[in-house]
Amino acid sequence: MSSRTKASVGVGLLLLSCLSLSVLALRISDDVRERTILKEALYIPSPKAVKALSLGYTGLMADLYWTRVVQYFGGKHHQGAEQYKLLAPLLDITTTLDPHLLVAYEFGSIFLAQRPPEGAGDPEAAAALVKKGIRENPEAWRLWYHLGFIYFEELHDSKAASAAFLEGSKVPGALPWMQVMAAALAQHAGEAETARYLWTQIYNSSENPDIRANAAKRLLALRVDEEVERLQSVADRYRRETATLPESFLQLVQAGYLPGVPVDPLGNPYLLVDGRVQVSRPNSLPFITKGLPPGQKPSIVAPPKGGIP
Amino acid sequence: MTAIETFRLAKSYKVGFWRKREQEALSPLTLAVQEGEVFGYLGPNGAGKTTTLKLLMGLIYPTSGTATILGRPLDDPKMKAQIGFLPEQPYFYDHLTVRELLAYLASLSGIPAGDRERRIETVLHRVGIHDHADLQLRKFSKGMLQRVGIAQAIVHDPKLIFLDEPMSGLDPIGRREVRDLIQALKDEGKTIFFSTHILSDAETLCDRVAVLNHGQLRGIGVVADLVREVSGRIEVVWEGTAATDAIVQLGAETHSSGAIFRAVLPEPLLERAVDVIRRSGSRLISLSPVRATLEDFFLEKLEREVETGSRVASGEGAS
Amino acid sequence: MIGRIRVIAFNTFREAVRDRVLYNLVVFAILMVGGALLLGRISLRIERLVLVNLGLTAIALFGIVIAIFLGIGLVSKEIERRTLYTVLAARPVRRWEFIVGKQLGLIATLVVNAGFMSAGFFAALLYLQHRFEAADRFLLVALYFIVLQFVVITSLALMFSTFSSPLLSTIFTFALFVIGTFAEDLRGFGAMAGGSTRALTSALAYVLPNFAVFNVVSEVAHSIPVPGRLILFNSLYALLYATAVTSAAVLIFDRRNLK
Repeated sequence: MSSRTKASVGVGLLLLSCLSLSVLALRISDDVRERTILKEALYIPSPKAVKALSLGYTGLMADLYWTRVVQYFGGKHHQGAEQYKLLAPLLDITTTLDPHLLVAYEFGSIFLAQRPPEGAGDPEAAAALVKKGIRENPEAWRLWYHLGFIYFEELHDSKAASAAFLEGSKVPGALPWMQVMAAALAQHAGEAETARYLWTQIYNSSENPDIRANAAKRLLALRVDEEVERLQSVADRYRRETATLPESFLQLVQAGYLPGVPVDPLGNPYLLVDGRVQVSRPNSLPFITKGLPPGQKPSIVAPPKGGIP
Repeated sequence: MTAIETFRLAKSYKVGFWRKREQEALSPLTLAVQEGEVFGYLGPNGAGKTTTLKLLMGLIYPTSGTATILGRPLDDPKMKAQIGFLPEQPYFYDHLTVRELLAYLASLSGIPAGDRERRIETVLHRVGIHDHADLQLRKFSKGMLQRVGIAQAIVHDPKLIFLDEPMSGLDPIGRREVRDLIQALKDEGKTIFFSTHILSDAETLCDRVAVLNHGQLRGIGVVADLVREVSGRIEVVWEGTAATDAIVQLGAETHSSGAIFRAVLPEPLLERAVDVIRRSGSRLISLSPVRATLEDFFLEKLEREVETGSRVASGEGAS
Repeated sequence: MIGRIRVIAFNTFREAVRDRVLYNLVVFAILMVGGALLLGRISLRIERLVLVNLGLTAIALFGIVIAIFLGIGLVSKEIERRTLYTVLAARPVRRWEFIVGKQLGLIATLVVNAGFMSAGFFAALLYLQHRFEAADRFLLVALYFIVLQFVVITSLALMFSTFSSPLLSTIFTFALFVIGTFAEDLRGFGAMAGGSTRALTSALAYVLPNFAVFNVVSEVAHSIPVPGRLILFNSLYALLYATAVTSAAVLIFDRRNLK
């Protein structure tokens, strides 16, 4: 190999090693920068200003901001944040840049409304966002669905929820179950079936992976709530019939009240503590309202039972 | 010691939209230049002279073949410190003055700060631009830039100097000065390799020349030897019209001034011409050999090429 | 070797300083900063905010423009006009020494340039606040990061100059600057995609320069301190990336047949 070729190879190696190390430096400093962003005091420009600065390329900027919404929420959620102060402004900018970005309204309707750490805990803002979406996209009947959902799930106003579903069902192209939902909410607001139906619809109709994952967790929680209730009634029956507090599920199995030791949908066994059914790992089931250890509050407020309040 | 040596040094370019065709800028060239020589590199425009120089200077890389300068490879910095180069149509850094430019280039050549000023002064005088030493280069005329170019080529006192068309842009006085300079440099023992298409310059200055055309070496050697290749001619001067037609029939042009006629004939035809003149009764006035010039050599070689349309075998001639 | 690099660097610096393009843009940038003072006459807090945001952004943007035009002008032009024939042909200068010398000369020029603009900026700040506050030292960090951006940009401009015309080099470098500003978003795009798109986008996001990491203008405008680790890693990133790009420039330039 001539000396010139040797030198070239040497420089080539220098190039590759420097580039690789630069990537490393970038990744290591990622967490430093994230912590800086978490301080949440960044200057967020007004939506109008951003639109002006886009120089007409509002579509691209909207996509950019949409990416930032997802990254922002995903990053903070991963760290179990209690506040998502920038979520609403970011969504506002995104939807101002591109009013027809329906997935943004969908995202906001869920993740602005849900209580922390699963969301920003601001259902009013969520409702306002979705209403904006409806204004800009009158033919998007699904947005009425999201609005109704917010009223039902987070604001517990089944009257308003029902009205929203009704409005939505009138939009040409709306699927028939909108009317079904309107009726169900009018009469059976408190039942788990309603909630299950709602979340199933979201799971089936959304393409956004975060929204689907969230819906899956909600459905899981509903199932757990049901199971806990059922198991609790078995335990209570045992107590009534034997006049003793059941110590464990094994006891109930041996006494013939249950075929086997029950496990939750994630495979963790249910526990019986002081006659009360509990899940063994509450942190793995974020949306349950029953079976939580004593003193731990549910992350969502359970809908009141039994119809219109 | 050989100052410059090439062995089948060649350069082709890929041309055409898809870069598939090859165009040969320089056919494999083998030549050697000795130290202390003034070597002329001749050829019409586009012959490949500048290509050869750029190859030797390491500005472009050969497609094949090798070369050495002062016994060292073309990219050897130690060798580079001992050569000087004047490019064709030189451009320089517009915003520098001559002095600054020379100082910059001299320091790059490794001349210590103490020596620099002295050498710059010397060289400024030598090329005749001392009066403009502190003028910015963008204000210079072409001729002056040419002088600056020569100045930077010799400021570091190199052993071997390459000049690409050193006379271009100069008026006759300037050309004379450059010729004198080259001669002076030769007297100092330097080797000079210069390319030109002005044959008279080469004739007066060079020890040896090489002639290039269409990228191929057409001839190389001492000037005298080369012109001898072109058949010698004799000028015949006579008085009297009677012989004229016969001479014309021999294939020569005749010129007259009054009753005196003149014709230039190739040497082999001399005897017959003299015969014709005597028999016609005209008076033979003089017979003088016409000194062939390099131009004759040149034109003859090129004409022959044009006529036959084929490449004459390249002469790797006597050194 | 070092001596020759130093000589080339100094010559580059001198050439840049005499090029009047530099002065026009610098004056303009200083005017911008002055203009920022006229805006935001609401409260002192807002005034400072606007001044810092606008001032630093102006210094960054104008500095980048200067960096690109200077870099291209001093190298691409040199190759096109063949001024460097006399440097490379008959001097003991190796081609890589030429590149490195140019790079260092350009960086020196831009640092001085940034210095002038910063002086104007701090003068405006002083005029506004009538004194310097402790939080103002973070502005120095922001300015340092801006200079790091210059380093990366000049290495890119230099690299493009080694093989393309002045016009194309300018366009490419500008394009990379714009893309690099959105590099974090590019990484975000990649993270949202899956499979081969993700790998490809991420690879691209890493090979392309990342200018977003150097932007701490919003933070320092709100007097938020910049972590020392970030300063360290940004410096490393700029150094490593610029070295990689300069290595590429050396490789390309070394092989190049100069016309």
